[in-house]
Amino acid sequence: MRAMVYRGPGRIRVEEKDIPSIEHPNDAIVRVTCAAICGSDLHLYHGMIPDLRVGHTFGHEFVGVVHEVGPSVQHLKVGDRVLVPFNISCGSCFFCARGLYGNCHNVNPNATAIGGIYGYSHSAGGYDGGQAEFVRVPFADVGPSKIPEWMDEEDAVMLTDACPTGYFGAQLGEIREGDVVVVFGAGPVGLFAAKSSWLMGAGRVIVVDHVDYRLDFARTFAHAETVNFTQVNDIVQWVKETTEFLGADVCIEAVGSEADGAFFQHVTSAKLKLQGGSPVALNWCIDSVRKGGTVSVVGAFGPLFSAVKFGDAMNKGLTIRTNQCPVKRQWPRLFEHVKNGVLKPSAIVTHRIPLDDIAEGYHLMSNKLDGCTKPLVIPTS
Amino acid sequence: MAYTRHKPRTAPDSEELRRTIPGWGVDLNKEDRPSYPKEKVEDTGAHWEFPDRQPELRPRERSTEHKFLPPVFGTAQPLGGLSGAIRRYAYRFSEARTAHWLLLLAGDRVDVIESRFAAMLEGRPDNPITETGVLSEFRNGAYRTRFGQHRADLKHQPIDLVLWAAPYLAIAGGTYLLAKGIKGRR
Repeated sequence: MRAMVYRGPGRIRVEEKDIPSIEHPNDAIVRVTCAAICGSDLHLYHGMIPDLRVGHTFGHEFVGVVHEVGPSVQHLKVGDRVLVPFNISCGSCFFCARGLYGNCHNVNPNATAIGGIYGYSHSAGGYDGGQAEFVRVPFADVGPSKIPEWMDEEDAVMLTDACPTGYFGAQLGEIREGDVVVVFGAGPVGLFAAKSSWLMGAGRVIVVDHVDYRLDFARTFAHAETVNFTQVNDIVQWVKETTEFLGADVCIEAVGSEADGAFFQHVTSAKLKLQGGSPVALNWCIDSVRKGGTVSVVGAFGPLFSAVKFGDAMNKGLTIRTNQCPVKRQWPRLFEHVKNGVLKPSAIVTHRIPLDDIAEGYHLMSNKLDGCTKPLVIPTS
Repeated sequence: MAYTRHKPRTAPDSEELRRTIPGWGVDLNKEDRPSYPKEKVEDTGAHWEFPDRQPELRPRERSTEHKFLPPVFGTAQPLGGLSGAIRRYAYRFSEARTAHWLLLLAGDRVDVIESRFAAMLEGRPDNPITETGVLSEFRNGAYRTRFGQHRADLKHQPIDLVLWAAPYLAIAGGTYLLAKGIKGRR
């Protein structure tokens, strides 16, 4: 089969690999029909996540058709169209049993702090991902769901990570009616977090980024106020002024490891890998939110330390809530919202790239060329 | 304002928002949101108390913070070569130790060097042009989408060029010095 493989920081190519096989009785093999490149894939692409091995296939956002099932699989059969959450979860450990599907303890030998994630290095379990023609899906009776007849395939692939994670970010903010919500990051997750904040009753939603075309889109897609942080003297000061010096009720960090806006922080983390991630946006959240407010963090960071302004967080009495999104737990409500037209996840898709051209797709996304916000990857078979 | 007991009102009222923002307030009730309460026991689809164990066909490295090898694991890219030895050593330290992660990062860099040589020996050398996707610059408005757009990343993008070129410059410089040294001895 054809599969994207990592060749080193900033380098990928497409190679022939063996079609994955059933390795556990509850495995399924899925033929991928549509995958996506996630902003967090860029952290891998830039070599920021430890134990990322040459030859690894990325891709934790994908949908496809069941090609083969293991002997204990009961809920899926060959030919079913499925969407697969980015979390790999057993469904029976202490954490899964409590709905924490992103924190499964039975699927990642390499780390206990991280659950299992498709195509996200050995630190996330060493599973090849879905930017390929076929992918192994462990615990087929727990994670995947059949794509409803009425659901568009591109909506389905957005429901495997970006949309649920954005919605989850808003939910972690514990938004109350009339709250001022500031979302840092106008990438796919930030856009869905902004949109979801309204569903939860926010009074104002403000999106902060430095990329104008993404801010333009945030105004139409998410009906948000926007601000380009390079165009104001100090973004924290700006938030204070626009909230009558109270601060925002809720700040959502939807950027992660490669946050821009402070040269030293970005270069020491994204370029020199001396931090687990650039905490620029996280520090802005901590400083922009009001005392007693809530900071929700759904941006992905590596396992090393980061220079977070924790003193401010402590002195302000903040609630910081964060996790990998338990995707499956969000699905019933999100399916309902998509069916009712409240959400149209595929609206953020900007590019559709053949698998064989994926190296250019990553370069496009990484450098934000051609108005790229969300590229899909289409396997050639 | 923040200096009296009253919360400053900077947002429109809820009725106006309901009228103007599609879907406003459909998930207003906190107790009716997904993932509430935080640790809710639910039907997960699992029909086992503890999963069957995936066969360990070759020794699988694991975190010291695990009691045993979890029942299911990825088998992609098993450890091998010098990078494998570094990574195997890294797994002697717990996830709490900086040494664990720094050794893994070191293993990643050694892996890249090993793989470059292996690819050459296999007759499929790495191609810095196609693998970086840099040709997409010419088709996708490299200048137009960067300049005049207020982007913060322009300040550090030149560093990417330096990091990309550094290994080639080091190899070229080393080769030159080696050749010069050999010539000097003759």
